[in-house]
Amino acid sequence: MRKASFDHPAEREPVSNAMSLLWFTVMVFFTSLFAGLLGSLTGLGGGVVIVPALVLLFKVDMRYAIGASLVSVIATSSGAAAAYVRDGLSNIRIGMFLEIATTLGAMMGAYLATRVSTHAIAIVFGIVLLYSAFASFRGRESVAKETKPDALAVRLKLEGDYPAGSVSEETLRAGPAATHYTAQRVPLGFGIMFGAGALSGLLGIGSGAVKVLAMDQAMKLPFKVSTTTSNFMIGVTAAASAGIYLSRGYIDAQIAMPVVLGVLMGSLLGSKLLPRAPVRTLKMVFALVIVALGVEMIYSGTKGRI
Amino acid sequence: MALYTDHAMETAIGKMLRVGVTVSAVTVLAGGLISLRHAWAPLPDYSHFVRERASLDSATGILHGIKSLEAASVIQLGILLLIATPIVRVVMCVAGFARQHDWLYVIVSSAVLVILLYSLWQHGS
Repeated sequence: MRKASFDHPAEREPVSNAMSLLWFTVMVFFTSLFAGLLGSLTGLGGGVVIVPALVLLFKVDMRYAIGASLVSVIATSSGAAAAYVRDGLSNIRIGMFLEIATTLGAMMGAYLATRVSTHAIAIVFGIVLLYSAFASFRGRESVAKETKPDALAVRLKLEGDYPAGSVSEETLRAGPAATHYTAQRVPLGFGIMFGAGALSGLLGIGSGAVKVLAMDQAMKLPFKVSTTTSNFMIGVTAAASAGIYLSRGYIDAQIAMPVVLGVLMGSLLGSKLLPRAPVRTLKMVFALVIVALGVEMIYSGTKGRI
Repeated sequence: MALYTDHAMETAIGKMLRVGVTVSAVTVLAGGLISLRHAWAPLPDYSHFVRERASLDSATGILHGIKSLEAASVIQLGILLLIATPIVRVVMCVAGFARQHDWLYVIVSSAVLVILLYSLWQHGS
């Protein structure tokens, strides 16, 4: 009976250094708060550092770590929604259509997570960390949006208007009028989204970087539309792997509690501080942290230590 | 079509998500505070995964624990509420697109809903 871990902690073997429950909870909470804060300030998401932090710093088993992270990802996606709705940039149809791909991918990823060794998961995780760091510095030059409309995208209504007046490079260049956009290369975007969902389910992360890649680079959608729509999709995608995680016992209440509360509070705090934050410097620092964690995950994974 | 705009739908969804995440966070926090009854207990060994098919994985098991205010059950209820918010979001999309008579997207969002419910029903409960 799992509930024993709370009410009769002695039923599980204590670790040798006998960290108390309170100390563990407080330390994990502040680590998660910090991760959520940096994740929201840099746009990289907090989930991506929570798993390596739990595994490498707190010596928590990979499966408990990805379970706790997945839940925190749902919380931040839902918690940030209010701000994104106000901007009016996310595209509800494009998001919903692509969620068919991400939810199917997430189910496959979560299934794989229960089959693949934790060493392999650690190595994949390390590669994704390195990619996220790289992607955060990728140029955001807007590609020519005035291409011929994609027939499939038009039939599926994968289009929208980029509102005038919102401050961004795209609108400034396009002038004050609202710009119309239509998705390009729909099958490619759909395929990448399946992969994004699979990574999310396998690693317990939001995989926002890959979702943005699918919309921004493959489907040629405006960057801000891609990032806000991606945020909306993250919660639904993660919910599709939650059932499998729950039934496998990956989501441990005692570990998930400080992680969810910490990441959620950190990311809400981050969105408040964002207008005054030195984002470029933070991004640089956070990217270095992510690269270090990524290298460590790959190293520990190949050595079989995770 | 102008009856119910996309933005109105997104605003309603945004409100629901905010309420959902607040209620679940408060529930998780309440469970966390209850758990501090055992604040000085030694930490269980989390470095080894124990595959337990525990009572907490089913709704009935959780509800049973809630009655006796067990910390883990209260936290798990909060987590279940959190998982439910994006699912409610998809339900709101099905209803919203139906109001717009956008049948293509009623089908698309229903497909997402079926996938979500299948994943929970197949592996959860």
